[in-house]
Amino acid sequence: MSDSQITNVRGTAIPLLLDDIDTDRIIPARFLRCVTFDGLGEHAFEDDRQQDTGHPFNQERFAGAAVLVTGRNFGCGSSREHAPQALMRWGVRAIVAESYAEIFFGNCTALGVPAVTLERDRLEELTASVEADPSIEITVDLEAGSVGWGEQTATAELAESARTALISGEWDFLSQLLANSEAIRETAATIPYLSGFGGA
Amino acid sequence: MNQPTASSSGSRNLFDTVWDQHTVGELPSGQTQLFIGQHLVHEVTSPQAFEMLRDRGLGVMCPDRTLATVDHIIPTDDQARPFADGLAEEMMSAIERNCVEFGIELLGLDDPRQGIVHVVGPELGLTQPGITLVCGDSHTSTHGAFGAIALGIGTSQVAQVLATQTLAMNRPQVRRIEVTGSLSDGVFAKDVILAIIRQLGVQGGVGFAYEYTGNVFDEMNMEERMTVCNMSIEGGARCGYVNPDAKTVEFLRGLPAVPEGEEFQRAAEWWLSLASGPQATFDDDVTIDGTAIEPTVTWGINPGQSVGVGESIPAVGDYEVEEQAGVAEALEFMGLESGNPIRGQAIDVAFIGSCTNSRLSDLREAAAVASGRRVSDGVRALVVPGSQQVAEQAEAEGLDRIFSEAGFQWRAAGCSMCLAMNPDKLQGREMCASSSNRNFKGRQGSPTGRTLLMSPAMVAAAAIQGHVTDVRDLAEAAS
Repeated sequence: MSDSQITNVRGTAIPLLLDDIDTDRIIPARFLRCVTFDGLGEHAFEDDRQQDTGHPFNQERFAGAAVLVTGRNFGCGSSREHAPQALMRWGVRAIVAESYAEIFFGNCTALGVPAVTLERDRLEELTASVEADPSIEITVDLEAGSVGWGEQTATAELAESARTALISGEWDFLSQLLANSEAIRETAATIPYLSGFGGA
Repeated sequence: MNQPTASSSGSRNLFDTVWDQHTVGELPSGQTQLFIGQHLVHEVTSPQAFEMLRDRGLGVMCPDRTLATVDHIIPTDDQARPFADGLAEEMMSAIERNCVEFGIELLGLDDPRQGIVHVVGPELGLTQPGITLVCGDSHTSTHGAFGAIALGIGTSQVAQVLATQTLAMNRPQVRRIEVTGSLSDGVFAKDVILAIIRQLGVQGGVGFAYEYTGNVFDEMNMEERMTVCNMSIEGGARCGYVNPDAKTVEFLRGLPAVPEGEEFQRAAEWWLSLASGPQATFDDDVTIDGTAIEPTVTWGINPGQSVGVGESIPAVGDYEVEEQAGVAEALEFMGLESGNPIRGQAIDVAFIGSCTNSRLSDLREAAAVASGRRVSDGVRALVVPGSQQVAEQAEAEGLDRIFSEAGFQWRAAGCSMCLAMNPDKLQGREMCASSSNRNFKGRQGSPTGRTLLMSPAMVAAAAIQGHVTDVRDLAEAAS
């Protein structure tokens, strides 16, 4: 599998500016009864959508969005990779939030979905712009470290390791890890519990 | 003895010592390639990982350092195969097939060692001080109770560890959380971690590993330490740990995966040498007064939204402006009134179980409350032991009879109603007193179901009274 270089994501946005959205809400546990990730996209935010007909994921005007705009501690809770998989298969190709839970952030990077952060006031401005005009194009620019929309540009943060991996196209960590098999064996040989705790 | 790490007299903390010991090198992204000493696998987050290996023609690098079990999807009453739920049956068949094909030992339902993955690892002695341990499950932080670096990972990472026994990780900072003093009667490990998350917030730990230290943790047994470390993730921390001590060593002595004889002596010496030294430095320090911690109950939709059992449900205006929308959403979803005491809140369901609180000491504490009493009319009450071994030990002590006579259902080991990927679910807007770890919207299987997190003893008390109760009141009534 060859990775592609991801330097920017362009598209319309879907605003969901709430805090502490957990992965059970992104994809309820009953949809994890599966052996592939296929078909998860249609169940993204299933229960929230059922309980709120006005939920952004129910609104036709946000259909086809590529950039999810959300709040603080997004993706907290379970480690289920099904959560970013569901968003990605729904059509999300980048996420802009105030902050992320760490396992979720790592899962996004592993799938080639940039998850960048913006200051809260800029997130609120971005949300207002998208609410006013859902057709507005958003650019998440990893090289420039910015999110742009209309006349606006805001500074976006992204962990340097994720930025490097996505821009270089080397977010397939499996290949990188495999490449060091000799070093893995050398390290293992120095670990006490793998060698009788230093016995003869 | 080969002792390549700093001793406890040094200025290093356990996390840094163990991290450096397992560092293979630096990746092009700047992340650390970290060697993983133990990999635990379950049925929900592994099928796609095995498929990734198949796609690339890869095998499992260290099958002998990999163990699989089944817990999330299994029914806790009728376990006859095929399962009534065809999707669950498909997942069960998949892990059975995958473990045979890739040469991994699987503790299936017919194995007396089967149980919740975070109960089984410690029980078998696989979880040891100074190791790195991963599992495709956020509550892997549980294993930090032994002084391990224990990390929950996603499915792509499960594939990476299967194939390479390593992981790409950014090194977190380390925050020491000292809880001083001693806990009052009726206050348990669950209350300690709920109090920590209430104070530091559900995202307060992002970027950190938590070291739990101080007299309260010194006094805890290993199961109590597991309860605290289990919910580190609910506080946003990447992992949590307690330094190994004499209790850790004694717990491990004689367990199946633990060495014996002279090798055990060498192991114990190494384990104890790993503990953060008196001069160890940390990126952040927090001190909490353990004597002030009350039995704690959540009122909202994340584990940080909690109060002491003597307190009232907060109002939106009690919070900073940026918190208020979330608080209002939580109060509305829960249907709770600001200003009302949490004590007396009626419940429909009581659940004792989960990787947080399903071990023998948890069941003993709950049984002590339930003994000689009856579950309130109209309350559905379940006790789900964390593993077949826990069930067997509890039955040997007669705890199952105490629960059954009190009107609790005594079930088979599994994750059950903690996340309801199996037949155990809330119905409609039921309110559940639960010893589990998450009160997220819909977490217990009904999209509108509601969860009040508390200790197992508090769940038992709520089941008996039919409403949230200060367990200390029942203890007084009995004495």
